[in-house]
Amino acid sequence: MPDLITSDGSIRHDEWVVVPRPADGESLDVPHQPALIPADLWLAGKEHFEDRDDIGVWLDSHEEPEILAGVANELPVIAVNFPKFSDGRGYSIARILRERLHYRHELRAVGDVLLDQLQFMKRCGFDTYVLRGDKDINKAARCLNFFTQGYQAATDTDVPLFRRRAS
Amino acid sequence: MYVYDEHDRQMAAERVEQFRDQTQRALAGELREDEFLPLRLQNGLYVQRLAPMLRIAVPYGMLRSTQLRRLARITRDYDKGYAHFTTRQNVQLNWPEIKDVPDILAELAEVEMHANQTSGNCIRNTTTDQFSGVQADEIADPRPYCEIIRQWSTFHPEFAFLPRKFKVAVNASEHTDRAAIQVHDIGLQMVRNDQGELGFRVHVGGGLGRTPMVGPVSREFLPELDLLTYLEAVLRVYNRYGRRDNKFKARIKILVKALTPEGFAAKVEDEWSHIKDSPTRLTPEAISQFQGYFTEPDYQPIPEVTETLAGQRFENREFDQWISHNVDTHKKPGYAIVSLTMKKTGTPPGDVSDRQLEQIADLADRYSFGEVRVTHQQNVVLADVRKDELFELWQAVTPMGFGTANLNTLTDVICCPGGDYCALANAKSIPVAESIQRQFDDMDYLYDIGNIDLNISGCMNACGHHHVGNIGVLGVDKKGQEFYQISLGGSSHHDAAIGKILGPSFARDDMPEVIQKIINVYVDNRTEEEPFLDTYRRIGIEPFKERVYA
Repeated sequence: MPDLITSDGSIRHDEWVVVPRPADGESLDVPHQPALIPADLWLAGKEHFEDRDDIGVWLDSHEEPEILAGVANELPVIAVNFPKFSDGRGYSIARILRERLHYRHELRAVGDVLLDQLQFMKRCGFDTYVLRGDKDINKAARCLNFFTQGYQAATDTDVPLFRRRAS
Repeated sequence: MYVYDEHDRQMAAERVEQFRDQTQRALAGELREDEFLPLRLQNGLYVQRLAPMLRIAVPYGMLRSTQLRRLARITRDYDKGYAHFTTRQNVQLNWPEIKDVPDILAELAEVEMHANQTSGNCIRNTTTDQFSGVQADEIADPRPYCEIIRQWSTFHPEFAFLPRKFKVAVNASEHTDRAAIQVHDIGLQMVRNDQGELGFRVHVGGGLGRTPMVGPVSREFLPELDLLTYLEAVLRVYNRYGRRDNKFKARIKILVKALTPEGFAAKVEDEWSHIKDSPTRLTPEAISQFQGYFTEPDYQPIPEVTETLAGQRFENREFDQWISHNVDTHKKPGYAIVSLTMKKTGTPPGDVSDRQLEQIADLADRYSFGEVRVTHQQNVVLADVRKDELFELWQAVTPMGFGTANLNTLTDVICCPGGDYCALANAKSIPVAESIQRQFDDMDYLYDIGNIDLNISGCMNACGHHHVGNIGVLGVDKKGQEFYQISLGGSSHHDAAIGKILGPSFARDDMPEVIQKIINVYVDNRTEEEPFLDTYRRIGIEPFKERVYA
């Protein structure tokens, strides 16, 4: 996996790989390294992975994060795939994971992740980002922090501007 | 009117710098066209048939004279010296250079304006009744709520990449709907419940375009404090489940239809139950803080002018007609609401020159506390005019071309820019509007046939709101030729309805005559005092068909 950006804009290397969904009839091939596997397959075979602490899951944009209710915090990493950067479902998925399922560990944006969406992702609860390969990772820190504040409450803040103004 | 505080100013400035950076990266080839596209659209920038087009937001239609003057200057410095009032209470520039747009946005930010989310698949400018705050029959002033929605929707991190565009409109009048709320993605009707508490009746899933629909009610009463959490629930359901595979089926109305209005409402209620009491829930303090920006101007006790006015009207027939048509009742005795019509025959509906923008600014300063409202009918309202200054104002606006006393009549056409400017259009719309205006240039006849909404769109996207015109005209393309399809019986008001297609389309040259025949059928069939729409509803479409296709 290429370098990872964290929410403060620093760059980190890690070994997690996204394991694609196997074709029909094929079985899941889990490598001997930190791996993100399709969330429904993890749920279906959870007991097989109990001896490993380097297994996380990924959700595609059409999938329901609610399937992880009650078990999300067993996972060290959840990744959400953006099949196209213009597919905005991943933002809602992230907020539900954080704010409804109270997921506390690493939430990673993968797929068609570009610079200009990073701050939205951050506000919705992502804390690591795998930028698409052709984008300049050194510009990420700036793009994560274009705005010093926002109007709304989201995952990053419980205090919308109208409440800050009133206090 | 709302005034920016340091938070708004900071975010506006950061937005300009962000777009400057994005534009530089796009011009340097670091951003592909498809990647830059949503970024520029959400900053108002389209690339059009002849040149780029910049759509500038006029939140719920309110403008100060200083902002009008800045717009005028921008049209001179960066464009061809004119602007266009749109059918969604916004302003468009038709000829800016892409490289200049960040500078234009910076100039706008200086006067508390922006082009945020005026295009793209995001929450657009919230619109409302142009008579908000000055009419007698409203439940409450809707503008504080519009501003609350504007701020909540601005750069909302979750909803910047929706399946499709999303439009919210608010109406507060009990008896009229000038905001066409039932043909919006969300229409909010202000109401009071049995306990006298303020809230909204929520319509979700109305819209025009390819599949016109009147929005069903998703909630009969939404308490005002729950406004934002409920909107967030609707948007989240839409963001998650709206179709993304087909742009023509991506609006929320298609989702509402697929789930049934009841099924959709239940899904929203379920989502809402999780976030109802989240920090996004409004507080009474926050609402009153926003209301504090929309207080009454410094109204003066005005001497009784009934007799003077009556005398002026008696002596001057054109003034009399102007009062009858373009002047509305104000909640404050001694004041009146004046609509300036931007529909002079020969000028594209809604187009104004830089000089005219400055004239409007001067009129606002002189006669209406320095503020105007832009209407979705592409006119401009001076909302607080002293009755003892009406005659003077009329004398001032007539030579400027804003005094045509045709408000709400057949020649007060709603018309999109059409094929003359717009890349999406199938046909021109402006010349059709003009030829119809010429056909009906006899003012007495125009008044005799009464209020008729004539709405013209150059394509299915329905920027001219043709579906809800009493008479709607839609430009269509048939093998490279421009034709026009007519629908009858639409309404955007409380009795909202989608017009019914009359039959095969017509060539452009035939349009004035066809409209004339339609009007003739009405005149032949109406009972005394019966407006066009009522006659249509009583006699149906057949008599019109027979005459037009005879």
